[in-house]
Amino acid sequence: MHTPRAPLRAKKNVAVARVPELIFGDLWEFDPAPESADPRLRDQYDLFIDGTFIPPRSRKYFDTVNPATEKVIASVALAGPEDVDAAFTAAQKAFEGPWGKMPGKERGKYIYRIARLIQDRAREFAVAETMDGGKPIKESRDFDVPMAAAHFFYHAGWADKIEYAIPGRRVKPLGPVGQVIPWNFPLLMLAWKIAPALAMGNTVVLKPAETTPLSALKLGELLMEAELPPGVVNFVTGAGETGASVMAHPCAKKIAFTGSTKVGKIIMRQTAGSDKRMTMELGGKAANIVFDDSPLDQAVEGVVNGIFFNQGHVCCAGSRLLVQESIAELFIEKLKRRIDVLRVGNPLDKNTDVGAINSRMQLDKIEDLVASGIAQGAKMYQPSCALPGSGFFYRPTIFTGVTQSHRIACEEIFGPVLSVLTFRTLEEAVDKANNTAFGLSAGVWTDKGSRILKMSTLLKAGVVWANTFNKFDPSSPFGGYKESGFGREGGRHGLLDYAKVI
Amino acid sequence: MRMATSSPFKRLLDEIGTVDQVGVEERAAKFATRSIKNNSKLWGLKTAVSMVDLTTLEGKDTPGKVTSLCQKARTPGDDPEVPPVAAVCIYPAFVQQAHRLLAGTSIKVASVATSFPSGQTPLRLRLQEVRQAVADGADEIDMVINRGLFLAGEFSAVSDEIAAVVQTCGDSRLKVILEVSELETYDNVRAASFIAMRAIRAADFIKTSTGKTPSNATLANTQVMIEAIRDHYLASGVPIGMKPAGGIQRAKQALYFLVAVKETLGDAWLNNTRYRFGASSLLNDLLRQIEKQKTGAYQAPYYFTESSESY
Amino acid sequence: MRTLPTGRAGTRIIVAKTPKAYIGGEFIRSESGRVFPIYEPGGENGHRTFIANIPQCTRKDVRNAVEAAAKAGRGWAGRTPYNRGQIVYRLAEMLESRTGEMAGAIARAKRLESVAAEAEVAMSVDRLIYYAGWADKYEQILGNTNPVAGPFFNFTVAEPVGIVGVIADDASPLLALISQVAPAIVSGNTVVALASETLPYPAILLGEMLATSDLPGGVVNILTGFKSELIATFATHTHIRSVDAVVSPEHRKELALGAAESVKRVRARPLEDPPDWSDESTQSVYDIRAFVEFKTTWHPIGA
Repeated sequence: MHTPRAPLRAKKNVAVARVPELIFGDLWEFDPAPESADPRLRDQYDLFIDGTFIPPRSRKYFDTVNPATEKVIASVALAGPEDVDAAFTAAQKAFEGPWGKMPGKERGKYIYRIARLIQDRAREFAVAETMDGGKPIKESRDFDVPMAAAHFFYHAGWADKIEYAIPGRRVKPLGPVGQVIPWNFPLLMLAWKIAPALAMGNTVVLKPAETTPLSALKLGELLMEAELPPGVVNFVTGAGETGASVMAHPCAKKIAFTGSTKVGKIIMRQTAGSDKRMTMELGGKAANIVFDDSPLDQAVEGVVNGIFFNQGHVCCAGSRLLVQESIAELFIEKLKRRIDVLRVGNPLDKNTDVGAINSRMQLDKIEDLVASGIAQGAKMYQPSCALPGSGFFYRPTIFTGVTQSHRIACEEIFGPVLSVLTFRTLEEAVDKANNTAFGLSAGVWTDKGSRILKMSTLLKAGVVWANTFNKFDPSSPFGGYKESGFGREGGRHGLLDYAKVI
Repeated sequence: MRMATSSPFKRLLDEIGTVDQVGVEERAAKFATRSIKNNSKLWGLKTAVSMVDLTTLEGKDTPGKVTSLCQKARTPGDDPEVPPVAAVCIYPAFVQQAHRLLAGTSIKVASVATSFPSGQTPLRLRLQEVRQAVADGADEIDMVINRGLFLAGEFSAVSDEIAAVVQTCGDSRLKVILEVSELETYDNVRAASFIAMRAIRAADFIKTSTGKTPSNATLANTQVMIEAIRDHYLASGVPIGMKPAGGIQRAKQALYFLVAVKETLGDAWLNNTRYRFGASSLLNDLLRQIEKQKTGAYQAPYYFTESSESY
Repeated sequence: MRTLPTGRAGTRIIVAKTPKAYIGGEFIRSESGRVFPIYEPGGENGHRTFIANIPQCTRKDVRNAVEAAAKAGRGWAGRTPYNRGQIVYRLAEMLESRTGEMAGAIARAKRLESVAAEAEVAMSVDRLIYYAGWADKYEQILGNTNPVAGPFFNFTVAEPVGIVGVIADDASPLLALISQVAPAIVSGNTVVALASETLPYPAILLGEMLATSDLPGGVVNILTGFKSELIATFATHTHIRSVDAVVSPEHRKELALGAAESVKRVRARPLEDPPDWSDESTQSVYDIRAFVEFKTTWHPIGA
């Protein structure tokens, strides 16, 4: 039997006990440290179709805004149905033409080339990503961009080894594939989508999110530098309607979507009867489960990383903390002290830990759900950090006293808001963790090896992080159970979703 | 009667909690992504200077060497805004001399004792060494714990030895060297930190290393120790100081160590009564960077006294 | 009704068997009490030979079957792969030993030569054995460790998706059903199957064989009835996590629409161009893969 650890608290019976507390003040305040690399952005972007930038037949453009300043960064073409059609025509032509006929060995070299060019221009892409999406430069620089390059690098190597991925069968590419990606990891999601599609010999029409189109458009320029044959990859920018045209296009042999479960369901309905192949990477409400024997400071770090990474705009965010009752008070105190030193502010500042919320709309949604948490009686904690005067920002937020029936425990908030629930036994933890329509990821923190394997077996989630959280790798399959979607991205498993087994 | 059905390590770790290696190393790596600029950099560099225990612990140390060290400690550079260091750290044989040279300054005389660096002599002799150093004028004693006893699980013996040194120190401040490289795991480092902290007094220190083994202070092992200090303080109200030692040679490294202090222990530890660097060449790199901050020009090492980089 | 000579006593009236659906290990009539008659094919001058009244299952029967499947799921998935393999193998033995009865039913239903009917039974037996052999091997093919760039041990395992709905192909009333059900259950899924609408009788016999095999009740549930009536329930029941169907374009659309509500995995194959189930290309580890979820676990490597 495991003995619950006695909380490391001062004894209550000390008569004049002044509770010791740490001071996180301004004795040593950091000066601004803005990243100064030039993102090399243009004022206006056309559509990247058939290897070149062309004005939209729709003749319409829309603005993309820096969420940290609310200032317009660039004007971007709005692709209408005709433009999407042109993109698929180019993709079809490329598939029937040079790309479809190219041996895997040569195809791989193009993908390697893309990886290398991204590495060359990494800092520039990182700055663009941060300006367009609001994520801290620390993350775009150290995570998004290098990981995007890694995805191309990993998949490039598969291009001439496909037969080893599918023992006992042969495979063929599918043809042009339609892909729609979200705004939380614009470049990385693009890499997740494009790299395996190209490695398996398909061609691509991809729509980036309307609030974060710039990294795709910059990648279009990079693909020209890479001399990728025209039409192999096409980018059509726009909002939901453009996305719907991409998903519904008759040329698309397969569609891949990453985004909310709500939109995923709409796409599934809209394409019903088309017999298209599909993968869906949708929402989540991951439980991060902390047992009383876990390495607490690393668990705190994992919980913080799990929910405040990228402002919580992460489908696999650990948005529900399930902490064992015997250590709940201690753990929450540790958690509060940790978020007291998170730095919220200018995303371009190298010391910023929590950047800008991606859009006004998203900020509204977060505020609405937080208000519901308060209205439903949960207890809120926010650090007292100052927020910038303009732009969309939100303080890291912890709700305690949350139960399963609170909205904030059920709905995906997609923001820096953590709901804390408690449990007493392993079984209760598993029941609570699995009591959701989602099933993308889960976290387990315990020192006991056999318990980790048991939890990992019982949790209904596509990714289980044990004694760590929010780890990603091109070789590691990612994707959900239940309403978090189907299909996998990354690893050997992701390849099959871009191939026809014959 | 106490049930003893598990090892002393298990019992202690059940009480104080364990450390995950990969997790703490990730946390530590994040401190090194902080970008400290302009005034905040200058403040950090000067604060670091004031925290240096300027050290020489070599078999070839001579009175002449100690004299230069003490002079350097008093006036690290020619800039009056740069504070003196916190202490000089020397072998017991030089305590009387250093005490004389530093009289009337704020600089403390710190002496290693207890058969530094191994600690492998009878306790009686180790205590005698401490007694002598204190009598000779040591303001601070840097002792080593008995790693052999610790690894054998004889925790109360380790603790009793430390308590005996505390007694012997009198008013002198004690720094307890865990020699983390010989403890090997972070769990052990955390356990040893708690054993030491429970035996020493407010304002005493725990310290990573002797500098005499291949690996010394790192951001990660120092993080394990300052988290232990934090937990001990929050539980008992007793503030313990921290001294990473060995391997911190560059100003930039020192700043990252201070970022870890700022974000883990908070402002109350950002001074030399609660934080020290055990170092020798670090001081000149701090001075170089201070000069660079002021003049905007990168500095050749030979502009700074006692420089070992003469090329 | 057929009669058979029975020796000295003269002509004996045979005792007809009442066909029943197989749900949760029990033989049931439809909760609605409805049945539909099936006849031997052909017949002249409008005279058709009656075979039996088949339960016309309703959406409530589907619901009950899903509940039975859910109840059986945890235990079935929790068995060792070796044990699941043995049970599926045992099922093959049961079928082999009752080849005559099953072949007779197929021959009668399809008006086939008994040789051809026996061939379908033989292929079905072989298919069961094929998948029985996969039970403790598919994870070695489908799962792996992943060499991530960091101090982590990372591995991917295949887990059953849960409850799988099967809408059987009409063409081969036994072989298709087995080809669809077997790859789903070897990995630990449980199945709610709708038997061929036109040729349901062999599936009913299969249910009887399942009941006498070691397969726990509820792991495979066999319903009979009309696709047009039941597909909507298969599509929209949110506890059915995956559907394998050989159906018309309209039904494929209906399945896809319903599946959208709970993000269900649908594997729909065209009834108008059905698989050739006698071809061995219709059996593979990738048919097992169609009904698994991949779970990837990360753990730090440290001390």
